[in-house]
Amino acid sequence: MIKKSPRLVAIDGDAVVKETLRRIEQPARRLFLQRSLTLGGLSLLTGCAITDGDSVEHALMKVSRFNDKVQGWLFDPNRLAPTYPDSMITRPFPFNAYYGEDEIRQVDAQSYRLELSGLVADRHAWTLPELQALPQTDQVTRHICVEGWSAIGKWGGVSFSSFLSRVGADTSAKYVGFKCADDYYTSIDMATALHPQTLLTLSYDGQPLPPRYGFPMKLRMPTKLGYKNPKHIHAIFVTNTYPGGYWEDQGYNWFGGS
Amino acid sequence: MTDATGPIHPAWLRATHWLNALAVVIMTMSGWRIYNASPLFEFKFAKAITLGGWLGGAIQWHFAAMWLLAANGLVYLLFNAGTGRLVRKFFPLTPRAIAADLGAALRGRLSHADPRQYNAVQRAAYLFVILDAVLLVLSGLVLWKSVQFPLLRELLGGYEAARRVHFLAMAALVAFVAVHLAMVALVPRTLLIMIRGR
Repeated sequence: MIKKSPRLVAIDGDAVVKETLRRIEQPARRLFLQRSLTLGGLSLLTGCAITDGDSVEHALMKVSRFNDKVQGWLFDPNRLAPTYPDSMITRPFPFNAYYGEDEIRQVDAQSYRLELSGLVADRHAWTLPELQALPQTDQVTRHICVEGWSAIGKWGGVSFSSFLSRVGADTSAKYVGFKCADDYYTSIDMATALHPQTLLTLSYDGQPLPPRYGFPMKLRMPTKLGYKNPKHIHAIFVTNTYPGGYWEDQGYNWFGGS
Repeated sequence: MTDATGPIHPAWLRATHWLNALAVVIMTMSGWRIYNASPLFEFKFAKAITLGGWLGGAIQWHFAAMWLLAANGLVYLLFNAGTGRLVRKFFPLTPRAIAADLGAALRGRLSHADPRQYNAVQRAAYLFVILDAVLLVLSGLVLWKSVQFPLLRELLGGYEAARRVHFLAMAALVAFVAVHLAMVALVPRTLLIMIRGR
């Protein structure tokens, strides 16, 4: 060090100062650039999160479709929802629809026909007495609403999987869709359609299904949230094209399984 | 044991802390909107402090941020256990030490001279919130998939009981956050340490 210092003295002072300044400046400039880049990135992010509602909605919808896949994978076709004794039935069982109780649809039993379409071999329309003539079963299960509340009810009707095999539905198809007399519509995955507790419901608590619970027929699935259980069904179709649903198209999760 | 010259909080801890903070804010605010759809108690959360706009939107936020919360929480737990930090920072922990430090804190005599060392109250509080978050995730799983996780459902006392567990665990988390933020306001240096690491 001491030996070198005379050489340093010999070097042009101005050049040394300039070189030093350049070296000091460079990392600082780099750092400044880095920080402004990060700031820019951050402002882009907030711009995306706060001002551009559409892209956020799009991203959330994508996660929701991803969650459909996860739920399909989690769904165990043999796992049953818990059943309860009659004494635990919630009375009165709550009414719930996208409209009020004063707008409940009245479906005429005489002219009622259940239409079948899509990947189904036997597409003849079913009358109510024909449906009632099929073997019936009942279940006391918990209905869980997407809002969080739950209630226990007793539904009776025809096993949906046996109905699907009776009409020769292609059970390798992806979806079963439903159209309802109250203009509601929804669709479910085939695995849930074939679940042993999925019921073409014709009765509630031993009585014909009253209008408020979906006369003449609803689909009851204790493995799905309430909005996936369509009431007043007048058409069923089997398809590989994603049919969506009334609430699902507005943002409710499609699988909606519990 | 701890490197006296290294960062007080390693980078993985700071990253998971802030990601967790983001996830918790989204989960809590969207959860409040979901609660409002069918309140368990005689009150609702003011709409201005909820997220999602409507029930469907709130559920979308909740069920998106749950992945961040769970994945980030898992990374945190793995690093914390794997590096030995969990044992080093949180133990030993005795009720007597918690009582002593709590008393000192309430008299304003708890020292914060060494930010590398958690006092007994901090240890208890952070361990509590870790367990509370685990309870939130487990009760949330029962609400989301009550049929698919029967063992978990029965352990929590059924679907309806799980709703209450989920709510109370949220309330405990919010209470923790309130105290946590008050402590940070009292000792602002800790905020810088959680950002810069030192």
